[in-house]
Amino acid sequence: MKLFDLRGGVHPEGRKDLSVDHHIRALPLPKKLFVPLQQHIGAHAIPVVNVGDKVLKGQLIAAAQGAVSSSIHAPTSGVVTALGDHVAPHPSGLPVPTITLESDGEDKWVATEITDTPFAYSPEDIAARVAAAGIVGLGGATFPAALKLNLSRNSGVQTLIMNGGECEPYLSCDDRIMRERAVEIIEGIRLIAFAVAAKEVLVGIEDNKPVAIAAMQAAAKSSSVKIVVMPSMYPMGSEKQIIYVLTGKEIPAGGRPSDVGVLVHNVATAFAVQQAIRYGRPLVARIVTVSGGAIKTPCNVEALIGTPVRELIDFADGFSQAATRMVLGGPMMGQQFTHTDVPVVKGTSGVLALTADEIGQAEASPCIRCSSCVRACPVGLLPLEMAAHIRVSDLSGAVDLGLKDCIACGSCSYVCPAHIPLVHFFNYAKGDLAAQERSKLKQEATKKLANARNERIARIERERAEAMAKRKAAKEARERAAAAAKAAMETA
Amino acid sequence: MSRIAHSPHAHAPISIGKVMGTVLLALTPATLFGFWLYGWPAINLWAVSLIAAIVGEAFMLRLQDRAVRPALMDGSGILTAWLLAISLPPAAPWWIAVLGSLFAVIIGKQLFGGLGQNVFNPAMAARVMLLISFPLEMTTWVAPAAQAPSWMDSLRITFLSQPIDGMASASLLGHVKTDYTLGVGLEQSLTGYYLPLDALWGSRVGSMGETAAVLLLLGGLFLIARRIITWHAPVAMLLGVAVPALIFNLINGNHYAGPMVHLLSGGLMLGAFFIVTDPVTSPNTVLGQFIFGLGCGLLTWIIRTWGGYPEGVAFAVLLMNAATPLIDQYIKPRIYGRDRSGVPLPANKGN
Amino acid sequence: MLLAAIISLTALGAIFGFLLGVAARYLKVEGNPLVAEIEQLLPGSQCGQCGFPGCTGAALALAEGSAPVTLCPPGGRAVVQALAAKLGVEADLSSVADSVPMTAEVKEEICIGCTRCFKVCPTDAIMGAAQQIHVVFREACIACGKCEEVCPTESIKLQPILVTLQSWYWHKPRAEAV
Repeated sequence: MKLFDLRGGVHPEGRKDLSVDHHIRALPLPKKLFVPLQQHIGAHAIPVVNVGDKVLKGQLIAAAQGAVSSSIHAPTSGVVTALGDHVAPHPSGLPVPTITLESDGEDKWVATEITDTPFAYSPEDIAARVAAAGIVGLGGATFPAALKLNLSRNSGVQTLIMNGGECEPYLSCDDRIMRERAVEIIEGIRLIAFAVAAKEVLVGIEDNKPVAIAAMQAAAKSSSVKIVVMPSMYPMGSEKQIIYVLTGKEIPAGGRPSDVGVLVHNVATAFAVQQAIRYGRPLVARIVTVSGGAIKTPCNVEALIGTPVRELIDFADGFSQAATRMVLGGPMMGQQFTHTDVPVVKGTSGVLALTADEIGQAEASPCIRCSSCVRACPVGLLPLEMAAHIRVSDLSGAVDLGLKDCIACGSCSYVCPAHIPLVHFFNYAKGDLAAQERSKLKQEATKKLANARNERIARIERERAEAMAKRKAAKEARERAAAAAKAAMETA
Repeated sequence: MSRIAHSPHAHAPISIGKVMGTVLLALTPATLFGFWLYGWPAINLWAVSLIAAIVGEAFMLRLQDRAVRPALMDGSGILTAWLLAISLPPAAPWWIAVLGSLFAVIIGKQLFGGLGQNVFNPAMAARVMLLISFPLEMTTWVAPAAQAPSWMDSLRITFLSQPIDGMASASLLGHVKTDYTLGVGLEQSLTGYYLPLDALWGSRVGSMGETAAVLLLLGGLFLIARRIITWHAPVAMLLGVAVPALIFNLINGNHYAGPMVHLLSGGLMLGAFFIVTDPVTSPNTVLGQFIFGLGCGLLTWIIRTWGGYPEGVAFAVLLMNAATPLIDQYIKPRIYGRDRSGVPLPANKGN
Repeated sequence: MLLAAIISLTALGAIFGFLLGVAARYLKVEGNPLVAEIEQLLPGSQCGQCGFPGCTGAALALAEGSAPVTLCPPGGRAVVQALAAKLGVEADLSSVADSVPMTAEVKEEICIGCTRCFKVCPTDAIMGAAQQIHVVFREACIACGKCEEVCPTESIKLQPILVTLQSWYWHKPRAEAV
């Protein structure tokens, strides 16, 4: 199959050898689980349990709020002990509303609907079950999967692309799940394809995963699912890039994959879909790679949602040396965290403890305009120019250069010889522009309120004046009448 | 505000120091060859140039209250001075090197705002300033002698302007131009003066950078292999000189020098691989760099052929430096999801 | 030769200067449609924090050039940039960036329900009737401070808005030697 060349991109050291040969192991049941109400894109979920409630594994504990939201289920059986704030897996370290669950050790599943004929369900039904299972994109974007299915089915998707790229260094969770659960994944892929009536199904896997490719090819043999081997590069697993490489089409700026008749899903999401449709099981766990130079025994674990990260690190035999930095996700786009109390959420693909050598960062020097960043950018932007504009607070100039098209992949920062924090500049600028947009909207709203109030006051004044004038006129009329009557009496 | 570090949490094993260091490494073989050809005077000049640059840069950084050590250690000032030194006549007096280095570093670089902020190539700006201000010293070339001056003699040559006896000579381009004005055609002027093999290996009259074209070419290829520079600007510059030279040489072989003569003389190899590839003053995109190189090459050939100066690289580079912002304004990569003019691509749902 | 150059250039300068003066006098544009356009960019809540009589007064001063574009605290950075763009001046955002967004908040224990605050609120951001504890609608509050001035028990005060997961964004990277 003809592949198109990825523009730009970088080749960071893979470092997957640290963990890739470790098969997936289940983490021992944690005592306490912290399940945030916001683990997905969209509105946060609304709790449907109270403190003290006993729940079973897989039981709904928070309902989706609207279409762009996701429901959340109890990762294990136990008691709800708190409904409050907990540190979020977010760089700000700010708190997020969280349901705290104390496990009772039994890990008892709630009764679920199991079927032998998952393809007997209608496409709409499949999407509904995916929604009920609280499935979101497990590649890291955490977009509600059911919403994507419905949108794609309604807009007529031609090609379903399954993303088995996993281009981030260190991460091997997708590699392992493809090796070990290829049959279930293929079934999940076929279910998704059925749910959106896709005409073509492609599974893109990077060529640094030969065992996974073989496993998936074997599992897909008797189906129409096509396994496509892609060159390994960062960011091959980025949605925009994988679509282009496999189909030659580009998502229009500001558009969505459905604009080019494509739907992209992560392979782990396919597994979750299969579990949800065939066994009725909601999303309560995911595979996480624990790795990094400072971890004693890097491994891939199946962790329950809400498990504090500390337990994963302990399972990997703890630190072999003091970690310079701990990261959730991969090193290229992952977020640093400092509290090991931070919970695993639906989008947590990796827990890394990195040494200073691995991070390789240094003090920033001035930009020498070498344009390595331009050559590395997969989108075709000019990072050095955008950063220069942002540095002097010319944010609109940066937008004119294409800031809004930046996918924040980090390739530019990775190659910059001057160690300039380019993506940091871009995310700062995007955040600042969003804040300005919010304050502008608020201003328009308050202006309307102020005008409405002024009009109301003016109207009240007017009415009062009219009422007074009427009373006055009536009074005068009465007086005239009285005077006339009096005069009439005197003349009579 | 939490000082959490922003991604990426990994970095390519590269730094400004490494980039500059690699370029210096690429220059070393040609420089050492030049030292061997011209002896101690050349070494003195090179050393003086470097020292002056370091002192000048340190002074300017102090004046601006900027950290001195990191800026000096990144190697950019040293590179500028090195490039200037090997483009000077090897027997030039010390004050030429000092003046040139100080001009390059202070006016050509620091006054613009330091590393990365200058519009014009500092080494070329300094060279042009010297050429215009001190034409005699800058065009007094010496031939590589069988017996180089002793070290003591060299000190006198560099620091006391003792003339080198019997070795004064014109560089190839200078000789050709002079002869041409005297009505002597190329065929005659080049005979005995230009032996292609000699030119390749550099054992003829010129600056250190002018000789050893092969070593410079190898250095340049090394830089391309190491991805410090791309091939676009150097190839474009060589084409920009070679193509018109070829055309005009075919039209009138006695009047216009052929491509090989041009390519091997006047520091063109140095210019193509080490000067036009200066990242600070060249365009951002590879297409832009190609246009930049092409312009440099064409202008070099034009100035050499019809201009008043025998050698045109420095002037050509400065002129194209001025055009770099313009090139950058119009030559930008196409953004994913948009067409060339920035309009989002239309939706394309069908097969 | 030099004299000729000096005389001719001086003469040219004088002539052109004179022509410019004439144009400034006789070709002057009366009135300023700019004022209305500027007023559109301002919040329109007539809070008076700028020191001018309402947003119209501020617009007049801006059009004249006697007020800086950073004069409107409730407007925030968005207004500063919009005004700077309209007037074609440089916007010095350093002072605006530092001001923390504020909102009025009622300390319910001390509120006596006197209704003085909601009567003066220019955007109707306070809800409350007589003898009822008042409450502030964050989305409507522009932090003009009028309520704080009239409250007899100091129960309504301007407080900085705390950053939330939704409003947090990355700080600007430290500017290194450029």
